[in-house]
Amino acid sequence: MKITDEALVKLYGDMWLIRLFEQRAADLFATGQLPGFIHLGIGQEAFMAGTYHSLKPGDSVGTSHREHGLLLLLGIEPKSLMAELYGKETGCCKGKGGSMHACLPKNGALGCNGILGSAQTIINGYGFAHHVRNDGHIAVTIFGDGAANRGDVHEGMNLASVLNLPVVFIIVDNGYGISMSSKDSSVVPDLSARAAGYGIPGITVDGNDVLAVIEATGEAFKRAREGGGPSVVEFKTYRHRGHFEGDPTPYRSKDEVAAWMAKDPIPRLEKILLERHILSEDQMQAIKAEKVAIVDEAQKFAEDSPYPTGPESYADVYYHYEGSE
Amino acid sequence: MREITVAQAINEALAEEMALNEEVFVFGEDVGDFGGCFGVTAGLKAKYPKRVMDTPISETGIMGLAAGGAYMGLKMVPEIMFSDFLGVAMDYLLNQVTKSRYMAGMQEEGKVCGLVLRVPAGAGIAAAAQHSQCVEALLMNIPGLKIAIPSTPADYKGLLKYAIRGHDPVVFFEHKLLYGVKGPVSEEEQLIPFASADVKREGTDVTIVATQMMVHKALAAAKEAEKEGISVEVVDPRSLKPLDTRTIIESVKKTGRLLLVNEAPEFGNALTEVGLQVAERALDALKKPPIRVCGPNRPIPFAPVLEKQWLVNEKDILAGIKKVMA
Repeated sequence: MKITDEALVKLYGDMWLIRLFEQRAADLFATGQLPGFIHLGIGQEAFMAGTYHSLKPGDSVGTSHREHGLLLLLGIEPKSLMAELYGKETGCCKGKGGSMHACLPKNGALGCNGILGSAQTIINGYGFAHHVRNDGHIAVTIFGDGAANRGDVHEGMNLASVLNLPVVFIIVDNGYGISMSSKDSSVVPDLSARAAGYGIPGITVDGNDVLAVIEATGEAFKRAREGGGPSVVEFKTYRHRGHFEGDPTPYRSKDEVAAWMAKDPIPRLEKILLERHILSEDQMQAIKAEKVAIVDEAQKFAEDSPYPTGPESYADVYYHYEGSE
Repeated sequence: MREITVAQAINEALAEEMALNEEVFVFGEDVGDFGGCFGVTAGLKAKYPKRVMDTPISETGIMGLAAGGAYMGLKMVPEIMFSDFLGVAMDYLLNQVTKSRYMAGMQEEGKVCGLVLRVPAGAGIAAAAQHSQCVEALLMNIPGLKIAIPSTPADYKGLLKYAIRGHDPVVFFEHKLLYGVKGPVSEEEQLIPFASADVKREGTDVTIVATQMMVHKALAAAKEAEKEGISVEVVDPRSLKPLDTRTIIESVKKTGRLLLVNEAPEFGNALTEVGLQVAERALDALKKPPIRVCGPNRPIPFAPVLEKQWLVNEKDILAGIKKVMA
């Protein structure tokens, strides 16, 4: 699949936006400014930027709790997402969702599901709506090696296959489900092998290679869009941070971390950009500086925003409630 | 007025709403050509072959399909074959359809949820402890959910049509023993909103609040009580959430006595909410403490002779009436 120089530059900027936003979130969490808990996708930017590259406006995309970055690419304003992390009124969910449930449904950014596995059946409803409305769009669900073992994922994949829905199941094997190695939670080395059980295609690729991500998602999305039905795409990647911020990660070795740091997706893309003379070092620095400014602005906006007031807590429970109790 | 069964009333409601809105979808296990385990969806697939779908045995898969479709604005009307199976699909009621819109802050109404889940419930067909329960109490404590629980053919039709026109998730309880029960149903369109309790029989001495099969048993017991000079009013809430407390409290203010009759086990029963609402709002009107006549706190046995003993009957209700009158 031919990727233009312009697209490569966009991917580079997208990956830096994600990393810088996430690094800022880590700093803010560490200093006690963000409530709750937060799961960061630092190190996994390539699969997010590459997957976004293959999507079209109008597609429906459900993420896991580690993909704030993909939400940014799908059109949640950095200011609005940062405010949501703070629990502010100006957040994309008015401060009622938080890190794990940030979303923007009108953009097809469905957000994450706090119950692992459930999103992989719910995605079929989105795919079904695209199918019956014949709108040419697809539904994509992203989940981890941990969630992949939930029974609901089996029912979701089987039903998607039986109904031939335009759904793509993206499994992100980042090595661990909290502390349990994905090598221990399944004896199958490549979780995409499960696709065979549903009679649908499955492929495993290097999730830190943005070009490989684009090739795999491009093919799977095209198939779904053209009526070819669901498929499974698995990315092998690694989270640089712990499961959540504050996780001391006693379950992984320094050697393992170092080996994966050497496969950091951003320097890998920088190497391509330099080799192909698409961007100079200075130009790359300028792109990064531009993203830092966006994150600065997002933080300031969030800090300056008010916390939600009481009435917001009562809104959105029902569309219409007939009772008085 | 013509008389039709509860099953026919539900079938008519589904067919009429499917005719009105081409984005209404009916699906579940064996609901297609087979017509549903209890025959309720018979003939619908012939009329709407693409909008009535058989699914694999996948209660969580069914609920996921329903939730996602509903978020996209489709009207999803799934069936879970027995209400007991809600245990398998509970996450979708507890954490999904009742939470996602709230957590999203609605966002320009991008997350409505028009989902009506039909669930056959109730004992009396020797189906043993995993195919006989009335589980409405399990769902009472979930903000965001609505619970419809009708007892007559006209109520089934009017409430189901209303539910499908709405934009909130509803669990619609159908009692298996009522499917064959006939009653008058207008040929004119009638929508029955939630939180509109119906006084099924007027009386002055005792208020019975009952649901589904127990409405019919309470009416039979009320007739017997009348022979002994006790005037019983029977109120059917028709929806438990939202609950029409006003009609119930008006009735209790008239009678001064409250009897709660429900098929499910007594402990933690859904109607205890009715009792407490009355106590909170109309304690002065009560001449006696409210009494419950509910199922025993044990699983439903298979053997028909034991199942019959397990079920609340007219005699139990009559004894309850006399107790609250004493």
